[in-house]
Amino acid sequence: MEQKFRILLAKPGLDGHDRGIKVIAAALRDAGFEVIYTGLRQTPEQIVEAAIQEDVDAVGMSILSGAHMTLFPAVMKLLKEKGAEDILLFGGGIISEQDAKKLQEAGCGRIFGPGAPTQTVIEYLKDTLPGRRKRESIL
Amino acid sequence: MTVLDRFYKKDRSALSRIISFIENREDGYLELLSRIYNISSNSYKIGITGPPGSGKSTLVDKIAIRYLEKGFSVGIIAVDPTSPFTGGALLGDRIRMQDLASRGEVFIRSMATRGSGGGLSEATREVAIALESYGFDIILIETVGVGQVELDVAGLCDSTVVALVPESGDSVQTLKAGLMEIANIFVVNKADREGSGRLVSELRLMLESRGQKQKEGWILPVIKTEAINGVGIDTLTDKIIDHRKHVENLYTQSGYREKRVKSELITILDRKIRARVLKELLEDNSVDSYVKQIVNGESDPYSITEKLMRKITI
Ligand SMILES: Nc1nc2c(ncn2[C@@H]2O[C@H](COP(=O)(O)OP(=O)(O)OP(=O)(O)O)[C@@H](O)[C@H]2O)c(=O)[nH]1
Ligand SMILES: [Mg+2]
Repeated sequence: MEQKFRILLAKPGLDGHDRGIKVIAAALRDAGFEVIYTGLRQTPEQIVEAAIQEDVDAVGMSILSGAHMTLFPAVMKLLKEKGAEDILLFGGGIISEQDAKKLQEAGCGRIFGPGAPTQTVIEYLKDTLPGRRKRESIL
Repeated sequence: MTVLDRFYKKDRSALSRIISFIENREDGYLELLSRIYNISSNSYKIGITGPPGSGKSTLVDKIAIRYLEKGFSVGIIAVDPTSPFTGGALLGDRIRMQDLASRGEVFIRSMATRGSGGGLSEATREVAIALESYGFDIILIETVGVGQVELDVAGLCDSTVVALVPESGDSVQTLKAGLMEIANIFVVNKADREGSGRLVSELRLMLESRGQKQKEGWILPVIKTEAINGVGIDTLTDKIIDHRKHVENLYTQSGYREKRVKSELITILDRKIRARVLKELLEDNSVDSYVKQIVNGESDPYSITEKLMRKITI
């Protein structure tokens, strides 16, 4: 991979199961991504602040608690408020197809089911990320 | 408005973009650095290094809390290794620094070492310049301690803390790893674990017997901490403040600042020149043809090096 893509992985909400997200983290690293793992129980504010400080290309959230219909929109809204809506938000967890569809219609990236092979996630990111961030003139 | 304009206005997302710009070595990054280099030089830089898992991130978190409580702003750079096999990296230092944001002005950036020969990320020095010109009072830099890395971090920071744990081996290994030379403060972390008392006394003994207890008039302290429970952190931050006074004193001596600037200039030039010359010498896959010659027994790395070196003229 020529360009280095940076991905923030977060586990918001109260459930403490981080096995799945750790598997994804390792898989993404092995696929050449720089993965920033922020740990458990992050609030949307913390996640968005971290995403901005780390200047990531994408934020991936794993949500098993059932709170996805509040957490995804909350993060999306904050990203927008901070002018960072070009950061891709994607996710996974126990989320019904119907909910996933709703979230995607609202501007969210792909939502992967619990059994999604890591390779699918990797390919999705490799396809989606190039050219996604807006380019601003620095000097 | 350019990103740099927003940076001058203290926009955090602009700082973040500028760090990426520097880290990715995008066209114009040297010009950017030359513009911001002289803006401020009041940040105090503290390096934390040591073997994997010795508690560096936890220490950074606790030290940062102390400074934030005193009203200082804190910028943090946390470096983790890039996998030499895949080019990817898992940057996990933030996990230990989750609650800092609620305590004051703090900015945390994780960096991968990216192909700089397993060392400290080449861009760390320049990212520190960005944090410095943004105006952070304190800059904390965490690096995994392996060989060259610590030398780099020591050259960059005003105070270098080396964090060891009872598990990281006896003090002879510490000596071998060259940690003695770069430490300004030794921390024996995980004092709740067995063997920490022994490591402390071994270290102290070794420092005394090697006569290395005093460097430029500074007596190397060995401090026991239990970072995870916040134990020993006050002693540590007091020592850092003492060392800062010591360093500021050194700066008033003639020649000290010059010595630091000289080593900075040479480090930067060294990297640039190396990259540039290598690129020119090994243009267009010529390296592959040299490899072939060596493999076929027609030549050897030394003759080729000699031949190439003769091409270098200024
Ligand atoms: N028992 C004990 N564990 C500690 C102490 N300080 C940190 N730890 C634990 O040690 C582990 C590693 O701590 P980190 O702060 O991540 O160590 P690190 O040196 O930054 O690790 P790397 O960046 O991966 O090299 C964590 O599980 C910490 O909770 C301590 O004083 N005592
Ligand atoms: Mg760490």
